[in-house]
Amino acid sequence: MSARTVTIAAVAAIAAVAALIEAAHAELGLVVERATGSLQLVDNAKRVSLARIDGLGDLSHASLVYSGDGRFAYVFGRDGGLTKIELASAKVVARVVQAGNSIGGAISRDGRLVAVANYEPGGVKLFDAQTLELLSEIPATYGNDGKRAKVVGIADAPGNRFVFSLFEASEIWIADVADPRRPRVRKLANIGREPYDALITPDGRHYIAGLFGEDGLALVDLADVEAGARRILADYGRGQEKLPVYKMPHLRGWAVAGPYAFLPAIGRHEVLVVERAGWREVVRIPAHGQPVFVMARPDGGQVWVNFALPRNDTVQVIDVERLAIVQTLRPGKAVLHMEFSGAGDEVWISARDDDRVVIYDTASFARIAEIPAQSPSGIFFTWRAKRIGM
Amino acid sequence: MAGMNVRVGAALLVAGASLAPAALAGDAPEAARRAQLVSLVRQDCGSCHGMMLKGGLGPALTRAALRDKPPRSLVATVLYGRPGTPMPPWREFVTSAEAEWIVRQLQEGTLHER
Repeated sequence: MSARTVTIAAVAAIAAVAALIEAAHAELGLVVERATGSLQLVDNAKRVSLARIDGLGDLSHASLVYSGDGRFAYVFGRDGGLTKIELASAKVVARVVQAGNSIGGAISRDGRLVAVANYEPGGVKLFDAQTLELLSEIPATYGNDGKRAKVVGIADAPGNRFVFSLFEASEIWIADVADPRRPRVRKLANIGREPYDALITPDGRHYIAGLFGEDGLALVDLADVEAGARRILADYGRGQEKLPVYKMPHLRGWAVAGPYAFLPAIGRHEVLVVERAGWREVVRIPAHGQPVFVMARPDGGQVWVNFALPRNDTVQVIDVERLAIVQTLRPGKAVLHMEFSGAGDEVWISARDDDRVVIYDTASFARIAEIPAQSPSGIFFTWRAKRIGM
Repeated sequence: MAGMNVRVGAALLVAGASLAPAALAGDAPEAARRAQLVSLVRQDCGSCHGMMLKGGLGPALTRAALRDKPPRSLVATVLYGRPGTPMPPWREFVTSAEAEWIVRQLQEGTLHER
């Protein structure tokens, strides 16, 4: 065999192994058990729990992202813990406690970097995804007296960038991390009062931050950052008194379906529907309570919504074609999160106070199965590995 | 104060059965209700203040963080919220006596363990 043939064979073998690894991880997932600091490794095709992984600290507001091949998960704990899990062995392979209080994180498009958004000390830290070595820190310093803001809504964006929002500072920052030891930060000021969370559209083009301190949302076109942030839906609540908010909505996850984006109205029992072409309001859909997660089924045919206390035992389904609620379900007490299977034919819903995850068929709305879990919150399947902003 | 009491009364009427305060102001909560309140503090206050009450979007509610705060103003914050901040009023969910009990537990640091 010539050297070239050997090289081609080796490349083919590596590709085959990579494909096998991806296939083996394609239908796995992790369920956060918030009260016990543990995760359940699950198989979402077989609807079974495979293992429990302990020792992750305070997971009371935990989220996670996957490496591009789905082999590893990076778990962001409330207590500043960043934990790398290998799914095949269901083991912790690396862990650092990198801050006093953190809210979430993201992985770069190329999988080399993990970024963590911190409340205390306010800022973003960048880590080598392989070793969890700290590469650099971006303190969220604002104003003239050195104060640091809490960072929310971090997302990975095309072009080696992370985008995030500063709660107290009313700013959105775009960090270019081509050189991760020396990130370059572009700051957009006066984007609207108190951004509380954000999302990036599935095409990576737009970053949208929800505002707590005023009505409306801030929109950044990532293809034209110099244009700054513009306000959308700025008057959706004009003249009405807001209801008390017992749980902040979460924007992360796909709220984009067909030509629309579906967004939670803060302090109102409504889902806002926006046209993506011009970012104008299309309609407001009255809902059972204040939305927390508004999530589109992967095919964009339905949007599922859960609600804040005291209406958190209910989930509603919006038909995207009709822009109307077509189903109301009661999965259990304290519904915290929903996760679709990759094909969207099933959805897993965590009912924290019933200690179970309930699985529904999204076409018939039949309850298919239940998996016991201790105070389950976030559910994350490995199909997210391939998606932007997930 | 009269207006305030009317508002509290109205809030009690609309509160859901499972979340309705079990005791009227003045009564100390009973054991079963105390367990509910502990869960409310850890899980629902915990959405913003952290399940371990070490802070989140809202400030820490640890014993050390609350040491110098007057209990009456903390009780008022629980019941009526803090206008201009994300802290909502909780009077739909707890009575004055229950808010006082929660504040006492927080200041004594008994709710922090899992």
